[in-house]
Parts: sequence; structure tokens; C-alpha cells
Amino acid sequence: MKRWLGLVLVVSACSSDPCEGVTGECIALTEGASATDVQTALIEVMPGGTIAFGEGTFHFETDLSLDVDNVTIMGQGMDKTILSFKGQTSGAQGILVTANGFTIHDIGIEDPPGDALKILGSTGVHIYKTRVEWTGGPMETNGAYGLYPVQCHQVLIEDSLVKGASDAGFYVGQSDGIIVKNNRAEGNVAGIEIENSTHADVTKNTATGNTGGVLVFNLPGLDVKNGAITRVFDNQIYENNLLNFAPAGNIVGNVPAGTGMAILAAHQVEIFNNTIKDHKSINIGVISYVPLGITVTDPNYDQYPTAISIHDNTLIGVSDKPTGQLGALLLLAIGEIHPDPPYIVPDIAWDGVLDPARDPYPATDKLCIQNNGDANFINLAWPLGEGALPSEDMSPHDCALAPLPEVVLP
Amino acid sequence: MTKWLLLAIAASCGAPDECEIDGTMCKKLSGWGLFDDIATQTPAADVIPYDLNTPLFSDYTVKDRFVRLPAGMSTTWNPSDALDLPVGSVLVKTFSYLHDRRDPAAGRRMLETRVLVHGESGWHGAAYVYGDNTSDADVAIAGKLVDASWTHDDGSTRMNRYAVPNQNQCKECHEEHDEIVTPVGPKVRNLRPDRMQAMIDAGVLVGAPPVDQWPHAVVATDPATGTVDERARTWLDINCGFCHNARGVARTSGLFLDAAETDPAKFGVCKAPIATGRGSGGLQYDIVPGMPDQSIMIFRIASTDPEIRMPELGRNLVYDEGLALIREWITAMSGTCL
Repeated sequence: MKRWLGLVLVVSACSSDPCEGVTGECIALTEGASATDVQTALIEVMPGGTIAFGEGTFHFETDLSLDVDNVTIMGQGMDKTILSFKGQTSGAQGILVTANGFTIHDIGIEDPPGDALKILGSTGVHIYKTRVEWTGGPMETNGAYGLYPVQCHQVLIEDSLVKGASDAGFYVGQSDGIIVKNNRAEGNVAGIEIENSTHADVTKNTATGNTGGVLVFNLPGLDVKNGAITRVFDNQIYENNLLNFAPAGNIVGNVPAGTGMAILAAHQVEIFNNTIKDHKSINIGVISYVPLGITVTDPNYDQYPTAISIHDNTLIGVSDKPTGQLGALLLLAIGEIHPDPPYIVPDIAWDGVLDPARDPYPATDKLCIQNNGDANFINLAWPLGEGALPSEDMSPHDCALAPLPEVVLP
Repeated sequence: MTKWLLLAIAASCGAPDECEIDGTMCKKLSGWGLFDDIATQTPAADVIPYDLNTPLFSDYTVKDRFVRLPAGMSTTWNPSDALDLPVGSVLVKTFSYLHDRRDPAAGRRMLETRVLVHGESGWHGAAYVYGDNTSDADVAIAGKLVDASWTHDDGSTRMNRYAVPNQNQCKECHEEHDEIVTPVGPKVRNLRPDRMQAMIDAGVLVGAPPVDQWPHAVVATDPATGTVDERARTWLDINCGFCHNARGVARTSGLFLDAAETDPAKFGVCKAPIATGRGSGGLQYDIVPGMPDQSIMIFRIASTDPEIRMPELGRNLVYDEGLALIREWITAMSGTCL
């Protein structure tokens, strides 16, 4: 029996050339390849070439980097080829890509102490069937971001999985032209985060078991700011009730455990046809940067969410255990309306902070909420006690905004 | 058009070591013909040593720096940017650990020599790593980790897993957003005056004003050479500014630490972090005036954790003297964040 098994293994090893079926230049890296072999391949690969890993686990003590255009990195499956960064002692990310036309697929990246895959300033990014996982489960010592394109153009991330990021699993920052589709985010602080970006479609993803499911954020102090035009549709966002394990001081540390979606100072966001359910803090929260109480030194940053359209979603579940600083705000406002428990948070909450400079307030900048079944709403009238009272009246938001355009990548 | 091709005989196998300034790096350091004697770092006649007022901290290594310009060519004095070195120029830097930092005469362990060459298509770099025989060094495209130990300034034994950078990492520091690899140095304001004079005397640096109009040489760790603010900004410029500028690889942070930045919010005062992860240390702002222990900048300079420490490349150890300077600088700042 043993001999037969040995023979079978040898045969299968011989027959599995990682480059099989790849057209063009291909560098094969089979199990046992050293970190030096891998990094050398990443430097010496010609533009347009492929680096193909065989099945097995490859270990790295330092980060890897790629700066050659139009290169594909591939493995034999997200659970079969594993790049392990456990024990990494230098480098702030597992893999850094600074080249255009980058593709990665069928590979797993595990346990980097920093970000897993950072792609900086690239035009043309395609990530598919890729897994990033911190295998010890959610921990503050996990790396911050899983799949992390920043200042990129034309980004497509699909059929991928990220688990355990201490900030965001899927994080697209300061980018333009983005599709995040058919992915699964689980056990991260933020499942999927679109930040300071423009023209993004987030669709057909599943976000569950995170602290917050899907976030659309705009932050100050960056050259690429005031992102706009994000569509979040056809997603399954449920039971994102994980304790927030982000290291303190991070912006996502403000996300209350049990948040389905959070919109922070974002512009032109259309949220439709999603199922968002069973969140203990809130299904959808829309807030400005003002209640965070963080100094804004950037005069060109628009702190207020504008043109947010929430329509045709299914929002269900009872939110009765809001957490964190923002959760406390929710409870305070609800207590103003309903002095006695139980304190049930409505499906949709808005901080109610209006830009004093937008007066009169343009109809095209409104928060519009329509056709979400029996979903309810609260205007938190932040900060309480300065005249305005919280309100559950949704009628000021009974409006529709023009549909946003589909993202089409070349 | 000049064909920039160098041919040399590689010491090891007798085969010619083919190298050109536009991409193909010599396999051996000797292939560049930069030294009369590599083991003693004795430069060839056309290779000029230089030194900096405030160097980049590299885990307590000492560095020998050299520049070679093509025969008959020169560079023109530039008061603000890095010297514009003509195509064909070579910058050379050798990293070593003194066996005993208190006694340089006790000798040293040579680690690597980095070579940056200015080709027609931009700058290209490679690192050459020394083995036991330091009469030559081998190119290390993918970098290397080297365990080293030495006797420190205070007499203690220190150890480091020194990281020779890979070829991409050369670019991460030396590259700006327009994908032209530019040297970190030398800038005239950071060139040690006696070495600058030697470059002028050799005819490779032209157009220099009289000595009394040279920029004031700031040595970050020497209080006699500038105010705390001048020395701290110089230190940040050299140690952080090549990535943390509007075109560098750290541009996505919005934190700009190059000497040209004048907006306190952009060099970190009351600036909230963006994608910091554990790098925040639970703190709200990069710099809180008067409160170094509330400032993320101090937390990261003082850390050796690869996800937290800054700079993230080329440093495993804490630079105690630099940390003390930035701490002093923040302590002296006035104002509050909220």
C-alpha cells in the first residue's frame, strides 16, 4: 500500500507543472523554492510574463515585491498554494506591487504581520480566486488590510475571500474605477471598505461575521479626497456583530460592533437591492465626520455625506445592543423619543448633521430613503441638547435621486 | 549614441562580467571598476569619496560613499534638489559594522556595497554582498539577511539581522511617482563641506558660490549646528522624506516629511492617521504638540515591530539618538489638537 501511495505521489508531482496551460513566458516555482528564488523571479520576470506557484506552502521572512508591468502571479487554488508570512521579520506588507497591469489568482496569502497584498499606483488590477487569511482568527495583532489597492485605476476584485484583517478585509483606497464582486469577507473589522475613491461598484458580495459589513468612507488629509459615485447593490450583509478588534486610533475603531453598512462623509452613494440583516447596532448608518471629534486640518475636505440614496433593500432584524461611542449616541437619541426600554435602534440612522455652508440645502445632495419595506429610521440630531430633537420621521427623506452609472472597466 | 557597455573579467570564473548602465548589473562589484582595492575601499582615480552632514540611519552601520562621473563631465551646483548627475554617473555606498564603535581602528565587517547607475532610461540599482573574502562582492538581486554583531558605543554587545535590500526595494526609496529613480542624495545642503570642496577641486561640481554662501551644514545629532527645529526637520527629511513626500511611495498617507513641506498639518501636527493599522499605537494624531508620548510619530520611531516601525525599510533597530531628537522637538511644540 505504501509503495503504491509513494508512486502515485511521485507521478502526480511530475505531471503537475505549475506553468502548464500558460501562454507566454512563465516561471514555475514549486514547493521548496526559497524566498530568494521567489523574489528573484519577481524581479527577473519579463513584462507580460507569469509566475506560477505549484501546490504547497511557501514561507517568507521578508516581504515580496513586484515592479514589472503586466505580470500574473498564480497558484493552483486558493487553498492549495499558500504563501505564508508567519514569522515575517521585515516589511510592512506581505506583497507590494508597484507595477501596472497586475493579475493574481488561485492563491492563498496567510498571516502577514502587516498588510497582505498592497498594490500602489497601478492601472489595471485584477484579483480573483484569491484568499487572504489570518489563521489564528480575529486578533488585534493581525495585519491591517487584506486586499489593498491604493491610488489605483481600473480595479477588479472578484471571487475572493478575506478573513481576519484587523482593519479592512477588502480595502480600496484613493482609487478610481472599481468593481468588487462575488467576494466573501468574514471575521474582519471592516468586511469591505471603499475609501476616498470614485466610481465603485460593490455587488454580489457576502459580508458576515465582521464588525462592520460594508463601509464607504471619505477621510481628510489626503491628496485624493472627496470620493464619489459608489453603488452597493445585490449584496448579502448579515450578522456583522464581531467585537471591534481594531487597534485603537484607527478610523474603523469607531465602527460599532454590529454594523451592516456605514457611510462616512461619502458622496453620491446608491445602496439598493441588498439584504442587510441581524445587526445588533444598526443595519445602515450615515454619518458626517463631525461626531468623531477628530481635528480636521484639511480645508478642502467635505465632512458631510451628500446624495445618499437607499432604496429597494431588505432590512431586517432587531438592533438592541448598540456598542461603542456611536452606539452610545444612538441610545441617547432613542432615549429622547422612547424614555423607557427596550431601546430598539431603527434600521437606518443618520447623524442629522448638515453642512452650514449648504444653505439652502440642494435637493440633489439629500439623503433619500425609499422602498425599503418596513424599514424604519432615526435622525439623531447630533449633538443633542442644542435645540434640535431626534426624530423618527422618514418623510423628509422620501425622495429619489438619479441612478448612478454602472462601472465599466476596459 | 554612446554605447554604455562595460566589460570586465570576473574574478571567480574567468568569464567576462557583462554590465551596462541601462539595466544589466555586473555580477561582481569588481565589474564596475570602481575600486583599486575593494577590501580597503580604496577608490579608483576617477571615483570621488563624499560624505553627508546628516546620514540616513541604517541600523548603526557605517557607510563609505563615492561618486563617479563620466570622464570630463560635471554637475552644476543646485541649492535645493539632489545634484543632477549626468547619464553614466555612478553612486556607490558601502555598509559595514565597526567591530567596536568606540574604536574604529579595531576594524570592521563589510556587509554590502550598493551601486546606483544613471542609465539612459533612469537610475538602476543593485546591492553587492560580501562573504568572508572582501576582495570582491556578489550581486544579490533578491537581497539577503546577514546576522551581525558589534560592540556598541556604550560597550554593550549588539546584534542585528541586517537586511540587504532587494532590487525593488532600492526603487521603493529612490523612486518617485513619475517612475524616475532619483538618488536620495547628495544634495548640497547635506554634503559635508570638506568633501564638497574636494568635488569642486576635482572639477566635477561646478558653479558653486563662495564658501560663505553655502547652505548651513546641519548635523541632526549635533546641537552646535542648528536649532532643535532645524535639526529635527533635517533628520525627518533624510530619514523619512524620501518616501513621505507628495510623490514618494508613502504619498497615500498624506504625511509629508520632506524639508520642503511647510504646512504643520502635513508634517503631522494634529494629523489623524489613514491606513495605519497597529501603527497608531492607540493614539489619535501623528504629532500632539508638547506630548511626545501621545504622538504616533514617536511610537513608530521607537518600535522594532515590522508592521509598526518607521522607516519600514532599512531599519530593524531603534535609532536612540534620532528618537531623542524628535522627542525633544515635539516636546518643545506649543498648541493643542482639539
